[in-house]
Amino acid sequence: MALRPSTSWIVPFALVGVVVFLVVGSVDSALFAQQTVSGLANGGIYASLAVALVVIYRATEVINFAQGALATFTTYVAWQLITWGLSYWEAFLATLAVAFVGGFLLELVVIRQVERRGNVLTVVIAAIGLLILVEGATGWIWGNGIKFVPSPFPAHFYHLGGATFSLQDIGTIGISLASVVVLWGFFQFTKAGLGMRAAAVRPEAARLVGVRVSWMLSLGWALAAVLGAIAGLLAAPNPSYLLQPSMMDGVLIYAFAAAVVGGLESAFGAVVGGLLIGVLLNLLSAYVSWVTPQLLLPVAFVIMLVVLLVKPSGLFGRTRVRKV
Amino acid sequence: MLLALADVDARYGPVQALRGVSLTVDEGEIVAILGANGAGKTTTLRAISGTVRRSGRIELNGRSLAHRGPETTARLGVAHVPEGRGTFAELTVWENLRLGAHVRRGSLKDDFARVSEYFPWLEERRSQQAGTLSGGEQQMLALARAIMQRPRLMLLDEPSLGLAPLVAAEIFRIAAELNEREGTAVLLVEQNARTSLAIASRAYVLEVGEVAVSGTSDELSQRDSIRKSYLGY
Repeated sequence: MALRPSTSWIVPFALVGVVVFLVVGSVDSALFAQQTVSGLANGGIYASLAVALVVIYRATEVINFAQGALATFTTYVAWQLITWGLSYWEAFLATLAVAFVGGFLLELVVIRQVERRGNVLTVVIAAIGLLILVEGATGWIWGNGIKFVPSPFPAHFYHLGGATFSLQDIGTIGISLASVVVLWGFFQFTKAGLGMRAAAVRPEAARLVGVRVSWMLSLGWALAAVLGAIAGLLAAPNPSYLLQPSMMDGVLIYAFAAAVVGGLESAFGAVVGGLLIGVLLNLLSAYVSWVTPQLLLPVAFVIMLVVLLVKPSGLFGRTRVRKV
Repeated sequence: MLLALADVDARYGPVQALRGVSLTVDEGEIVAILGANGAGKTTTLRAISGTVRRSGRIELNGRSLAHRGPETTARLGVAHVPEGRGTFAELTVWENLRLGAHVRRGSLKDDFARVSEYFPWLEERRSQQAGTLSGGEQQMLALARAIMQRPRLMLLDEPSLGLAPLVAAEIFRIAAELNEREGTAVLLVEQNARTSLAIASRAYVLEVGEVAVSGTSDELSQRDSIRKSYLGY
């Protein structure tokens, strides 16, 4: 099997075009700049969850539809810890640890057993079941009302040439991108990260060099749960989400669209897809009067369809050429 | 004795691929497994590394491998270079080599220096994607990755398959050199009987899943009847 990188010149060209458009627009109009930055903040949240979907897709070859519900559940854990008196950042770190262990056990106890007895479709159904179960459990434990998670960032605003940016938005962008960069470093430079990549592309060959492939799958689910928790923790203090059992349902759809746009197997693509969708939706709802909040979800699907029609493997997906 | 198989059976679903295979490999020895297509050569290697369902006694240094998976076999010092290269085409040359050392601790520098002695060209192509290498280069990379593992026993499955004769000769030369310099034992599966017997001290000839003949390379290549009926030259 040979690989032909099919990321042709069109994709980088188009992305540079988008960036130039956003920069020129932001310099031209303060409102445009504000909308772009808060779009990037939304996009960062989508990107974190989208990368979680990609990590699991590469390991287990399924879309984990429960990823959003799991993220919400872990965010409630953080809320609980904060209510018990921990600071936001203490709760943040503790929640990531809980998510890691939870994701790991989930693969070990549920997904692996289901996969052993069934196939990919069984796992998908199990994921959907998990979505319903986890969301129900969240409501049962903490109630269906809205909870308020304090923002880790003080209500501080920066003024730059007429535009106003909130520290909340900038911090959200920073943390989501930082977590993705850390994950990238893990995959590039650590033994476990390389083992996970090898296990994802060629499990049989990976076992022959001594990679414990089944642990790598559990590790993949653990890391995905951590990324999901980060997305949930960033979303909860944001007034446009608010912590309730269904908080991440919409985000999951955007994240799914972002992952598909990016090529499903590419974490980098998922980040770009997440940011693109975040910015695009924000600009559309600000500038196009008939795009109401209810229309944003369909618009995300249209974006996804257009990308798939033009480039079926996604922006950064690779077309696999099999040599016979 | 490094490796001992006694009465090993293996099957793929309903098809029995090995029947009562027994063989041994001594420390620092090169042993060849010969035979026609479908005789069970590849399956024998897979039975050792644990990538096929098998029964019987398989021991490495007196430790049983019979109930172990390939991950553990690799940790115990067996490097299996499967047929069709076994490189990770999606990863870079350097990442492939890092994977070779996956089961070991410590610095990769010394190992890489050692591997570079055998394959000097690896240095400048470290960041190239393995899938873009030529067939011969990929086979060499697979061998280099196995060396990174510092194995006591290397299982080589048809290393010359689909390669130009000169490249194949180079692969055999390196395998022999590795054996001589580092004392790594090699169990070699090959279609090409003449070349294998030239570097192996002993050989087993398989026929429909059973050991038909075995002996030293000299014995096997001198007996005309064996040469004609089993080795085809």
